[in-house]
Amino acid sequence: MKNLKKNFAEISRYPSAVFGLFIIFLLVALAIFAVIKIPYSEAVRLWRGGEDVWYMNPKNVPPAWFNTFRKTKLPESFAIKGGEEGFTKTVTPSSPDTAAIDFEYAFDFNYDVYPQELMLYFTSTYQSKNPFVSIYLITPDGEEIRIGDLGISARQTFRFSQDEKLIKRLVREKRNDDPMLGLFSVPETDPPVPQKGSYKLVVNGQTFEADSDINVEFVFHGQSYGLAGTDHARRDLMVALLWGAPIALAFGLLAALATSILSMAIAAIGAWFGGWLDELIQRITEVNLVLPFLAVLIMVGTFYSTSIWTILGVTILLSIFTGAVKSYRAVFLQVKESTYIEAAKAYGASNFRIIFFYLIPRMIPLLIPTLVSAVPAYVFLEASLALLGLGDPVLPTWGKVINDAQSNGALYKGYYYWILEPAVLLMVTGLGFAMLGFALDRIFNPRLRGI
Amino acid sequence: MTQDTQAGVLGVQKKKSTSAFTRVARFMGIRAITLFFTVVIGVYTTILIANMGGYVDTIMRNDIRERVNQRVAASTANQNISAETRRQMADELIALEEKRLGLNTPFAIRSFRYLTDALQLELGRAQNMVSDNGSRTVRNIILERLPATLLLMGTSQLFLFFFSVFIALTLSRAYGSFWDKMVITLSPTSAAPSWFYGIFFILLFAAVFKILPFGGMVDAPVPDNKFDYILNVLKHLILPASSLIISSLFLSIYNWRTFFLIYSSEDYVDMAKAKGLPSRDIERRYILRPTLPTIITNFALLVIGLWTGAIITETVFLWPGLGRTLFRAIGFFDTPVIVGSTIIYAYLLAITVFLLDFVYVLVDPRVKVGGGK
Repeated sequence: MKNLKKNFAEISRYPSAVFGLFIIFLLVALAIFAVIKIPYSEAVRLWRGGEDVWYMNPKNVPPAWFNTFRKTKLPESFAIKGGEEGFTKTVTPSSPDTAAIDFEYAFDFNYDVYPQELMLYFTSTYQSKNPFVSIYLITPDGEEIRIGDLGISARQTFRFSQDEKLIKRLVREKRNDDPMLGLFSVPETDPPVPQKGSYKLVVNGQTFEADSDINVEFVFHGQSYGLAGTDHARRDLMVALLWGAPIALAFGLLAALATSILSMAIAAIGAWFGGWLDELIQRITEVNLVLPFLAVLIMVGTFYSTSIWTILGVTILLSIFTGAVKSYRAVFLQVKESTYIEAAKAYGASNFRIIFFYLIPRMIPLLIPTLVSAVPAYVFLEASLALLGLGDPVLPTWGKVINDAQSNGALYKGYYYWILEPAVLLMVTGLGFAMLGFALDRIFNPRLRGI
Repeated sequence: MTQDTQAGVLGVQKKKSTSAFTRVARFMGIRAITLFFTVVIGVYTTILIANMGGYVDTIMRNDIRERVNQRVAASTANQNISAETRRQMADELIALEEKRLGLNTPFAIRSFRYLTDALQLELGRAQNMVSDNGSRTVRNIILERLPATLLLMGTSQLFLFFFSVFIALTLSRAYGSFWDKMVITLSPTSAAPSWFYGIFFILLFAAVFKILPFGGMVDAPVPDNKFDYILNVLKHLILPASSLIISSLFLSIYNWRTFFLIYSSEDYVDMAKAKGLPSRDIERRYILRPTLPTIITNFALLVIGLWTGAIITETVFLWPGLGRTLFRAIGFFDTPVIVGSTIIYAYLLAITVFLLDFVYVLVDPRVKVGGGK
């Protein structure tokens, strides 16, 4: 306890160690937050759920906070259901069988860039006669643009920019033939200038049966979304960024912990018993040096399974018998000759007791810095494999986001946020552990302290 | 034990010259044999992994079956033939293709054939891969990619090595200075691998500033002038090489610097300083000399490390090197290429380790061949 306190006081003398600890603490907090906020099954659903989960999100747009630093403001995305606050739904029965169902929604558009797409998702209930709707958009200058008239089925989607009739009508009214430009521009400007102000969406519905009802959801795909933006499949990157933290930490820490402890135990056993066992351990280490580490991992990923736990297991297996075993063994051979081991032997301590209670504890000062410094390597290893397309098939990880971005040409197309967000998180994680590891190395290895 | 000491006492005068020779010969023999077995076991393990315990055979069989069935079904010439004959035809084709890939012999036998061929460096023919000039031999596939890898890895690793040793020597003299602290502060940046810096470099220099290419080794219409060609390749080389360098530069300097510092705190260095020797002499004779074995070991391992290429950096920069070839070979389940790449590395490693023992003796008179472990 006293020792721990002393070490901690020592750590606080190194600013880089304090900074590293702070980063690690933040990451752990982020990881815990992610796991609590988005449970595992929910994360998988959000990441792999398909168009039903992502339809509300625009495609490949940067985070909304970009607007703070931009001169030309990007429209933010939103989705609202008829009947929710602001989106009024009024039902006026006109005869026993028919009714008019009207929706009205006013929204502000004060941006300098046009939205990506506007959509209306209709759901309706009826027996045999389809309800009918007319859609209008009232621009800030008071003009009413007819968007479309259509009979709707139980589930019907209306996409503004894919409606041929709307495009024809806009052309006839001497507006731009791209519906987004046509609807949101000041009339008769060339090049088109976005018209700012309050717009109003009006949906006039008509039902022809007693129990028939219409509901609508208005989805506005802007040019920015949430805190992290979206990717090519309209997924919210925030899910992957949040869930990347627990996965990266778990992978890095487990791999580092398992490899360093196992190689230390094996080195201790070899050094203690000597003979053929020691010889065998040495030979295995040499064989392992011949094996191409990354290639073996890629083979396992390609042929067998890309599950992160399989990859973790193989990584640990391949990293136990490395140079570390040799260097630990060299120190153990020295420690083995010391008098307190002699004393332990004299009072009849078992081999197990000597190895695990006398030999290994002596090495903990050496173990801790190595362990902490090894974490970044494993965190990046997971990302590297994901970059090669061997990321976990189910879980969203930082490496997989970078891989998606790479393979969809994010750098060519200028979607820098897509690569930078996970990359910065990876870098911060790596730096945090590396800085702490460096400082610990100096604290625990007095030989380096003066240097 | 007692016999040994007795013999030693008796023949202490005469034994000296003869025993040195036998000792060296014995040591060399044992060393060569252990290294050879290490290579054999290492390569055989790779062969086993490349086959995943028969799992890859199943994948390949299914693959062949599907391909052949599709070809037979798609061929218009077969349309008038009965389904029975068509199936027979497909089966024959499948058997033929399986024979070509050696799938008709059990893996246990095939694996030893791979092993003996590999050990004799008969790399054989690739199963699915073809080199750019159309050759199917593993030798050509590897040789074709070797120059690209040597260019990229050679430039970056050699620069990295000499530059960091040189800077480290300078820093170890100026320890505690601003630059020294700078290197210590920056050394955690080496936690990130080179592809990671590669992505940042591409973003900056290719996407934003548009001054360097995104990737590849040479522009699409290859310049016909030799001089232009070299310039063009160099331009493509800048980003991958510098990301390989940056990713390990500071840690490498830091490690060498710490290493040199430990040696320069030895008593004999203080003694030399006290004698008033010029610092160049101290550096050459008292610091570099005893550290030479370590420097040579590192350099030798670096040189053979060039062989493996950088799988991910090459992939990110679309560099046509060996690393990417190996990655593609794995994707094609092409065992001969994977084994070929591994065996060459294993041999290079074994030979280097073997030779290093003798190099140590040459550069450090304190070391004896086979003189204890």
